[in-house]
Amino acid sequence: MNLHEYQARDILRRHGIPVPPGEVATTPGEARASATRLGGGGRGEGKVVVKAQVHAGGRGKAGGVKLANSAAEAEAHARAILGMTIKGLTVHKVLIAPAAAIATESYVGIIVDRASQRPVLMVSPAGGMDIEEVAAKTPEKIHRLAVDPRYGLLSHQALGLGFALYRDVNQARAAADIMQKLYQVVYAVGASLAEINPLATTPEGAVQALDAKIVIDDNELERRPDIAALRDVTAEAPEEVAAREAGLTFIKLDGNVGCCVNGAGLAMATMDLVKYYGGEPANFLDIGGSSKAQKVVAALRIMTSDPRVKVILFNIFGGITRGDDVANGIVQATHELSLKVPIVIRLTGTNEGAAMEILTKAGFSSLTDMDEAVKQAVALAKGKAA
Amino acid sequence: MSVFIDKSTCLLVQGITGRDGSFHAKQMIAYGTKVVAGVTPGKGGQRFEDAVPVFNTVAEAVHETQANTSVIYVPAAVAASAIFEAADSGIGLIICITEGIPVLDMTRVLPFVHERGARLIGPNCPGLISPGKSKVGIIPGNICKPGKIGVVSRSGTLTYEIIHQLSTNGLGQSTCVGIGGDPLIGTNFIHCLAAFEADAETAAIVMIGEIGGTDEQQAAEFVRDKVKKPVIGFIAGQTAPPGRRMGHAGAIISGSSGTAADKMAALAKAGISVMKRPADVVPLLKERI
Repeated sequence: MNLHEYQARDILRRHGIPVPPGEVATTPGEARASATRLGGGGRGEGKVVVKAQVHAGGRGKAGGVKLANSAAEAEAHARAILGMTIKGLTVHKVLIAPAAAIATESYVGIIVDRASQRPVLMVSPAGGMDIEEVAAKTPEKIHRLAVDPRYGLLSHQALGLGFALYRDVNQARAAADIMQKLYQVVYAVGASLAEINPLATTPEGAVQALDAKIVIDDNELERRPDIAALRDVTAEAPEEVAAREAGLTFIKLDGNVGCCVNGAGLAMATMDLVKYYGGEPANFLDIGGSSKAQKVVAALRIMTSDPRVKVILFNIFGGITRGDDVANGIVQATHELSLKVPIVIRLTGTNEGAAMEILTKAGFSSLTDMDEAVKQAVALAKGKAA
Repeated sequence: MSVFIDKSTCLLVQGITGRDGSFHAKQMIAYGTKVVAGVTPGKGGQRFEDAVPVFNTVAEAVHETQANTSVIYVPAAVAASAIFEAADSGIGLIICITEGIPVLDMTRVLPFVHERGARLIGPNCPGLISPGKSKVGIIPGNICKPGKIGVVSRSGTLTYEIIHQLSTNGLGQSTCVGIGGDPLIGTNFIHCLAAFEADAETAAIVMIGEIGGTDEQQAAEFVRDKVKKPVIGFIAGQTAPPGRRMGHAGAIISGSSGTAADKMAALAKAGISVMKRPADVVPLLKERI
């Protein structure tokens, strides 16, 4: 689960990391009021930044981050940004923060690294830009440290990396303190990624976190209701919210062949096979292991809510999933929903015989071969008879 | 011979009285696996299916029975704790089926398991099966056949699909191992490739990978340098969009790394025959053996 920048900033602030003030606005009027409060004094001399709060990278390039010289200008920017669409997601909130005078920009981030199987701290004096780009063009500017989770980030390790960012001992110490606190944040909130970019110095020498990004491991949400409550469903695609509530994993794509599969690996392989036979998958959808009929109904409802979908392809390999459960779900769904698109069913494995019987009685035919089913679905999506 | 499990496997089931644990314990017993003990705290002294003794702790079960392998079906919230307990009780091979363990828990579990000299398979995996000998986990026994192909995979149902293609075309399996779809796992492709290379009964290896991470690239280098047996590879997720978690917690393209195209190129470069679709497994294997 992604957090918004303003939520990530709050978490860092609560853990003692210096973060400049900021306020969230949902209307242009609120943005003006916040700008009046925040832009009044300090080095910014009335200037504020208006930043779209949306779960998409490249906000700046999309016009979602603007500098305002007055409260009136902040209001105008907020009017333009609120309601704007960035990578398919509508902006409902903006963050108003004083435009800080910046001397230097660095990067500090922690990810859980798959290769070393440890949390890895990454720092770079080349901050304020995409860290992937820094890694690709100037890898020597990134310093990495795999942290032993039994002992945590030790002081001398953090200070060593602090000196990789700043020559000044006070700044190096301040950065080291921020790194240790960021490490605590990771375990405190269950983050799979926590980054500060940029970690900035002011002309007076203070070290501050100007922008923050935190991604929470979805597997942590059950035991952390306070973090789960930070989820902003207005910032997510509506089909994906509906799928999650039904216990399905669903990801929208651009094609017209709706795919309903049990198991993530088989779901990916099915999408790939649609492409292999010249079609375009409309989605990734894993109905999971114990597939009750109601889940299948929810899956069909979500897939058919997209008018671009021309055919629905089921690919079920029964293991824990029982074929008869899925067959019942398909039949039940066709009673509850008026389906306007054809359905192609491939079903094999556990209780295959019973499933076939249920489907045949309801007037469906089904296949046992995956390639045959995918070929049929692609032909139907292209408007050809199967 | 087979890898990791065989007729000498004496299995302990953690969570044997739960919904999934009891269902699959029965399936494993029916397949012929020696299930010697179960553990559910508070149910010590009972017998599962009137036969298998249930204990309160893994330590007791290990003390009282010959258990040398444990399979875990407990809920995600307590699964990391179950792995710690198994490793602490001297179990040498731990298979964790449970999906949904927080990755930060695994950063603490893995060094602990390693220091006690145990092997962990999973978490979030279907387990393993040596057809005709032993089955630990949830892979349906009826789709497998004894034979000479070693199968290693990050996935569940996709593995069943491939095993099904093999079995229906007369290609039996020596062992099929599901290593799991999480970003941090105990046993990776390289561990399995090395075991299959050393196994006299395995003639060829099928590896099934997916997007996310770089395990397949490292496995490809290992195959190039250390594996003489033919290897056939598949990568799922060629059409997956970047930055989205495709069901498995580990199946995510981060930035530009972990794409299917990268992985397929790395496999091909190492001399691995790369399938474009699951149905290619049989013709490619026949070409190589």
